[in-house]
Amino acid sequence: MLVLEKNSLTEEVESLVEFYGTERSALLPILQAVQRKHKYVSDFVQQEIARLLDIHPVEVYSVVSFYAFLHSEPQGRNIVRLCQTIACDLAGKEAVARAVERELGITFGQTTKDKRITLEYANCLGMCDQGPAMIVNDRVYTHLTPEKAINILNEIK
Amino acid sequence: MKPNGNKYAVRQGAVLFSEYAPGSGIKKALEIGRENILLELRESKLKGRGGAGFPTATKWMLVAAAKSEEKFIVCNADEGEPGTFKDRVLLLEYPELVFEGMLIAGYTLGARQGIIYLRGEYEYMLKSLESYLEQMKEDNLLGNNILGNPNFNFEIVIRLGSGAYVCGEETALIESLEGNRGEARNRPPYPVNTGYLGRPTVVNNVETLASVPHILVKGGEWFRTFGTDKSTGSKLFSVSGDCERPGVYELPWGTKIKDLLEIVGAKNTKAVQVGGASGSCIPKSQFERTLAYEDAATGGSIMIFNESRNMLKILKNFMEFFVEESCGQCTPCRVGNVKLLEGIEKIERGVYTFGHLNKLKELGRTMQVASKCGLGQSSPNAFLSILENFKEEIFNKNGYGGHNGK
Ligand SMILES: Cc1cc2nc3c(=O)[nH]c(=O)nc-3n(C[C@H](O)[C@H](O)[C@H](O)COP(=O)(O)O)c2cc1C
Ligand code: SF4
Ligand code: FES
Repeated sequence: MLVLEKNSLTEEVESLVEFYGTERSALLPILQAVQRKHKYVSDFVQQEIARLLDIHPVEVYSVVSFYAFLHSEPQGRNIVRLCQTIACDLAGKEAVARAVERELGITFGQTTKDKRITLEYANCLGMCDQGPAMIVNDRVYTHLTPEKAINILNEIK
Repeated sequence: MKPNGNKYAVRQGAVLFSEYAPGSGIKKALEIGRENILLELRESKLKGRGGAGFPTATKWMLVAAAKSEEKFIVCNADEGEPGTFKDRVLLLEYPELVFEGMLIAGYTLGARQGIIYLRGEYEYMLKSLESYLEQMKEDNLLGNNILGNPNFNFEIVIRLGSGAYVCGEETALIESLEGNRGEARNRPPYPVNTGYLGRPTVVNNVETLASVPHILVKGGEWFRTFGTDKSTGSKLFSVSGDCERPGVYELPWGTKIKDLLEIVGAKNTKAVQVGGASGSCIPKSQFERTLAYEDAATGGSIMIFNESRNMLKILKNFMEFFVEESCGQCTPCRVGNVKLLEGIEKIERGVYTFGHLNKLKELGRTMQVASKCGLGQSSPNAFLSILENFKEEIFNKNGYGGHNGK
């Protein structure tokens, strides 16, 4: 990583710590803010957070690795999560999943070559009455059909 | 986007979906005072809507009695149980009830801070919830000297989850709020004594809190006129699966499963999963049973399966869920769920033996008693109830040892 880039990440973490505080309870909101912006929390950022909260980097890593929505490896610019739980399954999730994989040329758990989209499964999104459902970053889409899902994915940058 | 945002006008129900003037609950609370609030709540016999069904008045009284400089009110909006989405509707369409419930709890118990633990999947609600909180501040319903009462100060903050079902369990939720992995704690001690930051803490479900303002305004006795003796009031049911009109319904406790199926337009129903993946699967022969704490209990999830569905596939989906969501802390749950899933895959491939399956059922019963938290204690429910109630279908369909579902 370039020194310049490191400096700017350090500044970013410093300002988050300033906003959320240095208590341990601030850890998750800080990680979530980094995740939201960068789509993952790099080793370097984890170390900086640990340093500023005065905890061991392993503590930070253990929290990052626990939560499904926090990543320690680079992801695509957009994270797409299709619900794999039963109500959506009954409503036709399988056809949507296959169509999306075909269109993007990747399988679930992978990222497109151009880093545009990371495709993941999620468990019940709380949209079971309107399945199949998926979340793109933090937006929810419901009543998906293969065609509708592909149109949505083709529109995101 | 506002899912369901347009349905506000058509919702109807006995309690939560009945008329309510925002602000009237807290005004009534201030008028009658702390002790009477607790008495009214006890009179209502309200039980927790998050699944476990603990009497709300008792929980509040424990926190009221706890001596501490600082206390917290936590609203559990983690809503992760498969098939549950009623809290989504309350938060989007009735935030005034949820927030006022927290405010009343804060006043009654002497807490100055309320925290909503909102599941990460609901991040899209953040803006609307926060603007509602701003409005409440402007109306002096939050902040300092609320409604002109010196020393009544209360604020509400929203904290997000990050995609972990187990964080709905109250002690895992507190761990998560404290910045840790969401691993359940041993209980006791309970959050009412040693909760967030070691302080006495009320953790209540969204729906529980939203019921409180109605109870104060209309009375505990009125609330008890709905439901059954042991399950008072009404309940929001999240209905999904094979029916014409999925969605959230407010019905009195004690409603027969059969009648609910009629209301939502379910046809050719084979089974109903009551209580989500961790609930149990009720076959057609038992549709006379009632939805109530004392019979078929549920935090609200009702999933309907018609005759065309393959029960083994459904069971497999549930077990995959638990394998993924187990926090991995204790062995019965971490290893047990994997073993149960492997058993299902063996049935699927037709390479099981009944001797092995009987061992797995025993394992399931061991998990129910030996797991550390409710996740591992209830994850075998679906396994046990589906294998028992649908053995004909699962084992006989294609002859013993057949390739099920192929
Ligand atoms: C694995 C697991 C997940 C849970 N998820 C939730 C949840 O999403 N929402 C909830 O209100 N309660 C959930 N609970 C129940 C809580 O532990 C707790 O009993 C509840 O929040 C208490 O509130 P109540 O008394 O108002 O129901 C869960 C329990 C377990 C074991
Ligand atoms: S029962 Fe499962 S989820 Fe609960 S503490 Fe044990 S491993 Fe974790
Ligand atoms: S099962 Fe897909 S949103 Fe609930």
